Amino acid sequence: MANAVNVLVVTGNGTNCERETAHAARLAGSDRVDVRMIWDLLAGEVRLEGYQLLCLPGGFLDGDDLGAAKAAAIRWRYARVADGGGRLVDQLARFIEAGNLVLGICNGFQLMAKLGLVPATASSSGAGDVAAQQASVGVNDSGRFEDRWVRIAVDPESPCVFTRGLTSLEVGVRHGEGKVIFGDEATAAAVEAGHLAPVRYAAADGAPTEDYPANPNGSAGGIAGLCDPTGRCFGLMPHPEAFTHRTNHPRWTRQPDLPEEGAGLAIFKNAVDYIRG
Amino acid sequence: MAHRIAVTKRPGITDAVGLKTVRRIARDLDLTVERVETVEVYVVDGDLDAETLERVAGQVFTDPVLEEAAVNRLAPGEFDWLVEVGFRPGVTDNAGRTARESLALVLDRSVADTPAVYNAREYRFTGALEREEVERIARSLLANTLIQRVTVLDRVAALASGLEATVPRVTELEVDTTVQSVDLSGSDEDLAQLSREMVLALSVEELCVIRDHFASAEMVAQRTEAGLPAAPTDVEMECLAQTWSEHCKHKIFNAHIYNHRGNDEAEIIDSLFDTFIKGATDVVRENRGEDDICVSVFKDNAGVVRFTDEHNLVFKVETHNSPSALDPYGGALTGIVGVNRDPFGTGMGAELIFNTNVFCLASPFYEGEIPPRLLHPRRVLEGVREGVEHGGNKSGIPTVNGSLVFDDRYLGKPLVYCGTGGIMPAILQGAPSHEKAARPGDVIVMVGGRIGADGIHGATFSSEELHEGSPATAVQIGDPITQKRMTDLLLVVRDKGLYTAITDNGAGGLSSSVGEMAQDSGGADVDLSKAPLKYEGLAPWEIFLSEAQERMTLAVGPDRLASFMALAERYQVEATPLGTFNDSGQLTVRWGDRLLASLNMTFLHEGLPPMRLEARLVPGPAADDPFPEDSDWGETLLALLGRLNVCSKEYWVRQYDHEVQGGSVVKPLCGARGDGPSDAAVLRPLLDRPEGVVVAHGICPRFIDIDPYHMAACAVDEAVRNAVCVGADPTRLAALDNFCWSDPVLSETNPEGAHKLGQLVQTCRALYDACVFYGIPLISGKDSMKNDYRIGDTRIGIPPTLLISVLGQMKDASMAVTMDVKAPGHLVYVVGTTGHHMAGTEWAGHHGWTGACVPQVDLKENEERYRRLHEAISRGLVASCHDLSDGGLAVALAESAFAGDLGLDVDLGLAPREELSRGEVILFAETPGRFLVTISPRATEDWEQLMADQEMALVGSVTEERRLKVSGLSRGVVIDLDLETLRDAWRRPLDL
Repeated sequence: MANAVNVLVVTGNGTNCERETAHAARLAGSDRVDVRMIWDLLAGEVRLEGYQLLCLPGGFLDGDDLGAAKAAAIRWRYARVADGGGRLVDQLARFIEAGNLVLGICNGFQLMAKLGLVPATASSSGAGDVAAQQASVGVNDSGRFEDRWVRIAVDPESPCVFTRGLTSLEVGVRHGEGKVIFGDEATAAAVEAGHLAPVRYAAADGAPTEDYPANPNGSAGGIAGLCDPTGRCFGLMPHPEAFTHRTNHPRWTRQPDLPEEGAGLAIFKNAVDYIRG
Repeated sequence: MAHRIAVTKRPGITDAVGLKTVRRIARDLDLTVERVETVEVYVVDGDLDAETLERVAGQVFTDPVLEEAAVNRLAPGEFDWLVEVGFRPGVTDNAGRTARESLALVLDRSVADTPAVYNAREYRFTGALEREEVERIARSLLANTLIQRVTVLDRVAALASGLEATVPRVTELEVDTTVQSVDLSGSDEDLAQLSREMVLALSVEELCVIRDHFASAEMVAQRTEAGLPAAPTDVEMECLAQTWSEHCKHKIFNAHIYNHRGNDEAEIIDSLFDTFIKGATDVVRENRGEDDICVSVFKDNAGVVRFTDEHNLVFKVETHNSPSALDPYGGALTGIVGVNRDPFGTGMGAELIFNTNVFCLASPFYEGEIPPRLLHPRRVLEGVREGVEHGGNKSGIPTVNGSLVFDDRYLGKPLVYCGTGGIMPAILQGAPSHEKAARPGDVIVMVGGRIGADGIHGATFSSEELHEGSPATAVQIGDPITQKRMTDLLLVVRDKGLYTAITDNGAGGLSSSVGEMAQDSGGADVDLSKAPLKYEGLAPWEIFLSEAQERMTLAVGPDRLASFMALAERYQVEATPLGTFNDSGQLTVRWGDRLLASLNMTFLHEGLPPMRLEARLVPGPAADDPFPEDSDWGETLLALLGRLNVCSKEYWVRQYDHEVQGGSVVKPLCGARGDGPSDAAVLRPLLDRPEGVVVAHGICPRFIDIDPYHMAACAVDEAVRNAVCVGADPTRLAALDNFCWSDPVLSETNPEGAHKLGQLVQTCRALYDACVFYGIPLISGKDSMKNDYRIGDTRIGIPPTLLISVLGQMKDASMAVTMDVKAPGHLVYVVGTTGHHMAGTEWAGHHGWTGACVPQVDLKENEERYRRLHEAISRGLVASCHDLSDGGLAVALAESAFAGDLGLDVDLGLAPREELSRGEVILFAETPGRFLVTISPRATEDWEQLMADQEMALVGSVTEERRLKVSGLSRGVVIDLDLETLRDAWRRPLDL
């Protein structure tokens, strides 16, 4: 019998893409999608156990006041769950260790990077090591928040389970801090060698690019997202959840042949398929 | 002791903010700086040992990949000058608040037991600069000295002294909770002076009404028994002043007006609001009968209309002009998060689904002198942009529609219109969601932020012109995250039925929110000693009136209070019971057991006598000037495309998140390359349903000086036309009116007041006529009547400005149409007759030409046309549709062509027109009610049949050759330009 797909979308404290993220997870065929506040996790009322996919949606956690998702990463690392439940981060480590999936979008990706969930190359198990931050997401080279659509090239050799079978994708970006930066050369090399950058900003010809505006933030090698070596933890700056219907596309009125279903849904369907087994 | 942690970029990490600062200094101040390095500074105000400090510097304040910290020492790096910008005491410091919460987590302490943290920023300059230049950069670009302090040091001084940890702690004064009584016994002159000194903004007549109310024997006896002085206390006086302020009571819109017209006897208008605004809606609703979409109008914080069977829409537009003049960033940020609370506090509360913003400003390239206390329009422009960006983006509400309108008279007061739409289930807990009422016995609970001195006298301040004594405390900085936490909580408790009524704490703070809610129960009793404060030292009246942001007031049943408070604590939202609603007929305010105020509810809300005002419109120009020489219409088109009101606003659009929530259908920019200016926004707020919401607006201040009646009719028509263009159903529109006027009250110091009021009367009359004819209810609105600047001899009054915002609906959002032409071979139609409407147009502005022939709306023709066009769009017959407005047909042709990245070949000799029209009239007139439409050859027959008796003509076709070719006028081929030239002319002027 196929595995159940229960999805937890965590919101609260500045997250604001929870509705469309939950909608995408539902459209992708999940059995259950719960949208709950980070405060409910900290109160011990909601636990990660029982879910197979954790979605960390976009937004401005704590207003991105100390840098994107920085304060939220501190909360995940240090805050204790009420009723003696230990630290939230321990629950997260166990969740990943158990073979479950984590998807972080935009602010959620920034959070994953700052929690060390991606690229997590140093971890021998490739998962569960939420101690060491190896990459960060810095201010766009333009110094501006920007809302525009980009083309994404997908690395077919990446272990990422969310991008399986995809080659390219048109999708919106909406961020001021999206430039992926690694802590050292070794991490950058490990990411390349392990194909841990499954998605890259692409020029019109489909090749990865560093040229603005096709690459909206100046990310080296056009890196738009990262996964861990297991491929089960994946974060990206663009917003696949905001392209679930053809009318989301900026040129849908010019392209009558666009499918009814938005291309961003594929990321969620891959997750559901993986969990179903 | 305080510690200073300075955070710099690690070597090799780009300082994008520093680079942007270099560019802005060059562009805005024309100064060359080699390099700017930014350093984030956190001052920790408390005792931490050296080891802990080093640890938290790493764990809390730096990103290990991007940054490194210097603790209690000057951060390393080369520079010639150093500028530190920090907040003044008491100013909202969002990063400081977040840092303290993070520090608490890392130290494993409660937030209360954690040292306060204050954020500041160093800018380090490398380059040959004089001190005066650095000071200028600091004051005119980096800091607003009204709310921020600036330290400027050269390298030597910085190295010698290091930098002190500056703690902007508020000096907490001894709490003085005694109240003063206000002596109203003086002469009229004394009363006028009292009003000025207390910033009451009440007239002598109004003060006399208050005096007489308190002087009655019955009152004196009552007050003596209650232990209150005979004269009103400061709490009572301030509460009355704010409740009776122009801002809250709309005295001008409710005045008796004697409207003088020529030599005829004066027309008497008893309340513009009742006669023309509410009057229009009443008639429309009656005419619509069962098709009336109004659910709740004019009585709540926002208007409510029907959407689907299960959901209603909510919409409100506000202005935040006065605060934005003083601090554009804080003013606009507060404007947007403030208007968010209006739909949020409507009925039982709505989820917020879109924001809009319209700014009216002087040219950013203004080169004249800037009068004292005013900021350069370029600075205002960037400040309000950033404020709306942070307010909207951080709240997760898409900014879908807006405008920038330029006129140098907006130098005196920039207009910042902010709007927010919401959606709510029609039924909640089995009851209509738009209804609410505090019941006697319900607990008054204040939720959200704490109270500080911020925004005291905001309501009365915005009811006054900007003058030298305008209070700096009227400026506030919004905190979107505190508000987001609050709205997250309140939507959860709304759905659990834990409160009976909710309203926003906006102008007037608690005095207003409690005062309004108490009207339903019949009274209230508030204990101000329980109110949570940001810092001590506020007098009771200040606590009652503070407009500190991010607060809602709720009525919570005593049986639900415990559940409510428990959830608030979990969600880290401060909630404080402050008293109870009752049916005593009085609003009483206490400090513990001590009574500070007792106001009769009827007097508070109905005691204000109506104003009596004189209106006398001075007619505009009677005839046209001779037409100017305009020899090259191609050149004229390029000039119009580059005019500030026409050119691309992409710089703004891209920095606002217009797609969050996932329902974006028509974005602000559309077309092949995403550079076409959409006429209106379409979104799908219910992701599992097909219905669309359309958001559009109209604003035509350029016509006001010529004819206010036609100005207003044009604004309504423009908003409707824009909505219809993208596919809105013209029979399901609702509109909001926002008036921003130059003082219309005649006085010795304001001799033009009667004319300004005359303009207002005509504007309202047109609004009534257009809305009644089109069948569009006005569902909410706001007026701001004192948009003037007066310091010394300098007086600047804005052009009176009416913004019409339209909320539209579509049965199926996927039938929406955009303005870009779609494919070669499509046929081009001009729909609607072009009249001789050149006065006040962009063309007239370009030539400095004045005329009397202002654009006029043909309501009857248009109403029929809009219904036909909507049917065509609904049947999928229309490939593209663009409204003809600023710059006329020529600009629309250019925009639709480059947006589609395809050429157009048109013969305008065929376009419907009035007889004897000149070529430039066809090209550039701004006759309302017209569209540029393209139709696929397959759909032509159905289209022509449907539009059979409409004034319309097939004028040409979409071409593969990427040029705009216009012929058929007296001069043969009059425009022949390639798309790149057109696009460039349109994109360049405001490509900042």
